Amino acid sequence: MNHSLLMALVILSPLIGFLINGFRYKRHSANVAGVIATIAIAISFVSSAILVTDLIAMPEESRRIAVKFFEWLVIDRLKIDAGFVVDQISAVMILIITGVGTLIHMYSIGYMHHDKGAAKYFAYLNLFIFNMLLLVLGDSLLVMFVGWEGVGLCSYLLIGFWFTDSEKAAAGMKAFITNRVGDAAFLLGMFLLFVTYGTLNFSELNALAPTVAESSWLGAVTLGTLFLFIGATGKSAQIPLYVWLPDAMAGPTPVSALIHAATMVTAGVYMIVRLNPLFIMAPNTMMVIAIIGAATVVFAATIGMTQWDIKKILAYSTVSQLGYMFLACGVGAFGAAMFHLMTHAFFKALMFLGSGSVIHAMHEEQDVRKMGGLKKYLPITHITFFLGWLAIIGMPPFAGFFSKDEILAYTFNSPMGSPILWAAGVLGATLTAFYMTRLMALTFWGKSRVSKDVHPHESPALMTIPLITLGVLSVIGGWIGVPHVLGEYLGHIPNVWEHWLHPLIKGIPGWQTLDHATEFALMGTSVGLALISAGIAYHFYVKAPDAPKKIAEKIKPIYNLVYNKYFVDEVYFGAIINPLVNLSRNIWYYIDVNFIDKMTYLAGDLARGMGSVIRSSQTGNVQQYAMYIGIGVVVALSFVIMR
Amino acid sequence: MILSSVVFLPLLFALIVAVWPKTSSIRHLAFGFSIIEFLLSLRLVQLFDSNTAGLQMVEKHLWIERFGISYFLGIDGISLWLVLLTTFLTPIIILASWTSISERIKGFHVSLFVLQTAMLGTFLAFDAIFFYVFWELSLVPMYFMIGIWGGARRIYATVKFFIYTFAGSVLMLIAIIYMMYLTQEATGAMSANLLDFYKLKIPFVGGAFFSLQTLLFFAFALAFAIKVPVFPLHTWLPDAHVEAPTPGSVILAGVMLKMGTYGFMRWVIPLFPEASEYWAWLFMLIGAVGIIYGALVAMVQPDVKKLVAYSSVSHMGYILLGLFAFNSYGMSGGLYQMLNHGISTGALFIMIGMIYERTHSREIAKYGGLAGVLPLFTIFFFIVTLSSIALPLTNGFIGEFLILLGTYQAQPVFAYFAVTGVIFGAVYMLWMFKRMFFGAKGELVADEHHPLFDLNFREVAVMIPLVLMIFWMGIFPNHFLDYSKASIDNLVNNRTNYNLTIVEPGAAEIMHAQGEK
Repeated sequence: MNHSLLMALVILSPLIGFLINGFRYKRHSANVAGVIATIAIAISFVSSAILVTDLIAMPEESRRIAVKFFEWLVIDRLKIDAGFVVDQISAVMILIITGVGTLIHMYSIGYMHHDKGAAKYFAYLNLFIFNMLLLVLGDSLLVMFVGWEGVGLCSYLLIGFWFTDSEKAAAGMKAFITNRVGDAAFLLGMFLLFVTYGTLNFSELNALAPTVAESSWLGAVTLGTLFLFIGATGKSAQIPLYVWLPDAMAGPTPVSALIHAATMVTAGVYMIVRLNPLFIMAPNTMMVIAIIGAATVVFAATIGMTQWDIKKILAYSTVSQLGYMFLACGVGAFGAAMFHLMTHAFFKALMFLGSGSVIHAMHEEQDVRKMGGLKKYLPITHITFFLGWLAIIGMPPFAGFFSKDEILAYTFNSPMGSPILWAAGVLGATLTAFYMTRLMALTFWGKSRVSKDVHPHESPALMTIPLITLGVLSVIGGWIGVPHVLGEYLGHIPNVWEHWLHPLIKGIPGWQTLDHATEFALMGTSVGLALISAGIAYHFYVKAPDAPKKIAEKIKPIYNLVYNKYFVDEVYFGAIINPLVNLSRNIWYYIDVNFIDKMTYLAGDLARGMGSVIRSSQTGNVQQYAMYIGIGVVVALSFVIMR
Repeated sequence: MILSSVVFLPLLFALIVAVWPKTSSIRHLAFGFSIIEFLLSLRLVQLFDSNTAGLQMVEKHLWIERFGISYFLGIDGISLWLVLLTTFLTPIIILASWTSISERIKGFHVSLFVLQTAMLGTFLAFDAIFFYVFWELSLVPMYFMIGIWGGARRIYATVKFFIYTFAGSVLMLIAIIYMMYLTQEATGAMSANLLDFYKLKIPFVGGAFFSLQTLLFFAFALAFAIKVPVFPLHTWLPDAHVEAPTPGSVILAGVMLKMGTYGFMRWVIPLFPEASEYWAWLFMLIGAVGIIYGALVAMVQPDVKKLVAYSSVSHMGYILLGLFAFNSYGMSGGLYQMLNHGISTGALFIMIGMIYERTHSREIAKYGGLAGVLPLFTIFFFIVTLSSIALPLTNGFIGEFLILLGTYQAQPVFAYFAVTGVIFGAVYMLWMFKRMFFGAKGELVADEHHPLFDLNFREVAVMIPLVLMIFWMGIFPNHFLDYSKASIDNLVNNRTNYNLTIVEPGAAEIMHAQGEK
C-alpha cells in the first residue's frame, strides 16, 4: 500500500477516534466509547506494522520511509514540514505506542466500566496516542515539540480526569507546569541549534553534527544539547524535574500504565537517541546525562522502598528505571537505552495494569498495608505480575535482565562511563529487587490483611488478556537483544537488536570490547546482589513482618527523610513557588498600584504645569508660530470631519 | 473604490442604524450589516497579490493642497490581516452582546460602527493627517462605550483611558506636523504623504537624546507605546477593561491595542530606522520585562477579567520584543501574535462576559467546579486557554515561537528572560482554570436558587468561528503568513532605506472593478 496513506492512517486514525468520542462527550457507555477508541488504535497499529514490514524489506543502507504532507511553517531560513519518518528508531516506538496502546485501550474498557465520563476518557486517550505519534514520527525538532507539548496536555487532562477532586486537578496542573519548565529549555535548545545550524530537521542536524568532540561548556552543541536534556528531565521525570510523576498517579491506572510508564515518559530518551550523533559530540552534556541518570536511579529507588501506595511505588520505580535509560545515553549506549525503553514498556505497563486489576478488585484501595495474600483471589493478575517482577529485578532470561545488563556492561566499559556509575547502577538494581519483592510480598503473598467488607475478585477477560499478552512479552521481549557473550555459548544467537539499530547509532569513540570473563563477572554481580536483596525482602515482608518496622525505628531520621521523599516538594514550595507568589502580590500592590499608577498621575500634574509655562513663553520664532497654526488648522479640521 | 467602501461602509451603517425606527430589529440589522462588511473585506484577500511588498488597491486624492494632505488609502501585507481581524470580530461582538447590552441599543451599535470605521481607517490610511484623524476618532466611541455601558467605576476608567491615550497622541501630532515641515524643506512642497515621509533622511546622532530623529522617534513611539500598552505605561488598561462592557473589552483588546503595535511597524521602525536600531535594546527590554511582569501580576489577580487584562500586558510584550528583533521571524511572529491576541483574548473576554451574565461576579474565588456544571462552556474556555498559553497546533504557538526565535537570533539574552513567560503563562492561566473549573463547586456554582445554564445556541455560534480560527491559524500558519511575507521581508531588509511602491491594479482587477460598476 501507498506509504503516504499508511502514514496518514497511523497518525490520523487516533485523531478521528478522538473527534468521534469528543463529540459524544456526554455519553456514559464505556463499551461503545471503548470499542471506537480501541479500533482507532488497532487500525493505527496494523498500519504501523505494515509500514515496519515494508521497512524491514528495504535494503539496510536506504532503510527509511519519509512522508511529507505539507509545508507547515516557512519563514526565511526556517522550513518546517508536516513531515514524518519511519526508520529503525521510530519503527520501534510506533509499534510500542500503538501495540501497548491497543492493549491498554482494551483494558480500559473493563477498568472504566462504571465511570460516567467514559467517552471523555477514551477521547483523551486517543488524543494522547495521536500526539505521541507526532512526537516520535516527526522529522524535525519542531514537529516533535508539537507532540511533546501535546502529550503533556493529554497527561494533564488525564491526571486531572476526576477533576472534582481538587487534589487531582492540582496534580494535573503540577505535571503541566513542571513540564513547561522543561519545555522552555527545549525551546532554547531549538533556538540555539537553529541559529547555529540553520535547520531543525533531524537528519540534517545529525549530518551537520561536528566530527570532533566539543570540549567547551559554552559551545553551541554542548549548550544546545544541555537545554534539550533539561527538556528531557521534565518529560522523562529525572532529577530535578521528576516531582510531577508520583503525583500523576492521581489519574486512572491505565493512564499511568500507558502514559506514565510505557510511552510518554520515555520521550526524553527517544529524543536523545534520535539526536545521538549530536549528543555524542558534547562529552560534557553526556557526562551530565550519565550522572543525572545514575543519581535518579538510586534516589528514586530509595524512595520506592518506603512507600505504601502501590501506584506510588511503581511510579518511583518508573523514575528509577528511566534513570537507567539516561545513564545508558550518557555513556553512549544509545542502543541499550532504546532496548531498556522497550522492555520497560512491557513489564512496567504490565505491572501498572496489574496494580489496576488489584485496585479494581480491592474497591479502589491502593494501600499495600491493607492487602496481602491476594494470590489466591487474583491468580491471573498474580502470575502476570510475577513475570513482571522477574523481569524488572533482572532475572535471566526475562526481558529486564538483557536490557539492564547491557546498560551496566556499557557503563562499566565505555570510555564515557566509569566504575562509580556502574556501582550506582548495581546499587539501583539491588534496591529495585528489594522494593519490588516488598511490593509482591505485601500485595500477593503472606497473610491477608484485607478488610472484611472487601471481597476481592479476578478481573474480567478484557483486563486479563492484556495482562497475559504483556506477561508473555516481559518474558520473551529481551531475547532479540541477547548479548554476544551469551549468544555464543547458547549456540550462536544473533543480537538482532544491535544489528537493527546499528545504522542510526553513532559508535562510542575509543570503545574496546569487554573480555568475556569480566562481562560474566559483571552479570554475576548484579544478578547475585539482586537475588540476595530479593531474598532479604522476602524474609522481611513474608516471614518476619515485624522486622522492617524495627529497622525503620532504629534509623528513624533517615527513614523519615526518605519516607517524606527527601522533602523535595516542600523545598520547591518554600524556596520557589511561595516566594514567587508573594513577590507577585507585592509587585502588584506596591509597584503597579502604588507606584507606577501614582507616578502617572504625577506626570499628568507635571505636564499641566509645564504646559502653562510654555504657553506663556512667546519665542518669536516664525517657524514655531506656523507650527501652532498648523496644529490649529488640523484640530479644527478634525472637528469638522468628526461632525 | 474597494478600500473606501471597506472603511466607510460602517459609517453608512452607523447612519442607517441611527435613523432606524424600530428598536427591536436593530440588532438583527447591525448583525447583517457587519456580516456584509466582513464579506466585503474577504474580497480584499481575494484581490490581494501576496507576491509584492508594494501598496495595493490604492486610492489617492489630494485633499488639502496647501498642506499636501491627501485622502490616501492603501493596503499591504502588514495591514491586510489586521483589517480582516477587525471585520471578523465585529459580527462576533454584536452577536455576543445580544443580551448583555440592553440599554441604548441604538447608540451602542452606532458607536460600534463608527469605531469600526476609525479602526479600519487607521490600518489603511497612508497619509499622516488622515491617519491621525482616524486614530483620534477611535477614542470617541470607545469613550462612550466604557462611559455609558460600563461598570461602577466607569467614569474614572474612561477619563483615565482618554487622558492617557490623548496625551500620547498629541505628541504624535506635533511630530507629524514637524515631519510635514521636513518634507517641505526637502522637496519644496509640504506633504503629509507617508510615502514621502519614508523618503526623508532625518539626521541621527547616536548618543544624543535631543537630536531630531531621536526626538521624533520617541514622540511617535510614546503614542504607540501607550496604546499597546507597554510596561510601565499600562496601568490604564486593567481599569479600562474591568469597567468596560464585554464588547468594549473585546474591541479594546482585540483591535485597538494592535493600533499601537501596528504603529510601530508602519511608522516608527521604517520612519526612524537608525533611532529604532539604536534604541532597540530599550524596547526589547521593555517587552521582556512586560512579559514577565504582566504574567506575575496576572497570576495574583482575584478578578478574572483583570487577570486577562494583565495577561494582555504580557502578550503585548511579546509583540514588542518580536518587532524590535528586526528579523523576519520576530516581525512575522509579532504580526501573527497581534492576530492571535485579538482572537484568543477577545474570546476570553467574551466568555468572561457570558459567565458574568449568569452570575454577576468575576471573582475567581467564588467559582469552582464549573467543569461539572457547564461542560460546553468549559470545552470552549479550555481551547481558548490553550491558545493563550501557546500550545502547539493553536495559533498562539506560532506567534510565540517565531517571536522567541527571532529574539534569540537578535539578542539571545532577552530570549532567555522572555522564555520564562512560556512557563508563567501556563501558571496563571492553568491556576485560574483550576480554581474556576475544577475542584468542589464554589458558592456561585452551587447556588441552588440560580442554577447555571450551559451555552445556548447563540453563544455556541459566537464561539465556533473563534475556535476554528485558533486551530486554522495553528495548523496552517502558511495560509496567513504567505500574505505578509513580502511586506515583512521588505521591512526587514530595506529598513534603513524603506519605501513602498504603489502597485497599479492589474488588468484582471480593472475588469472586476468595471464589472462591479
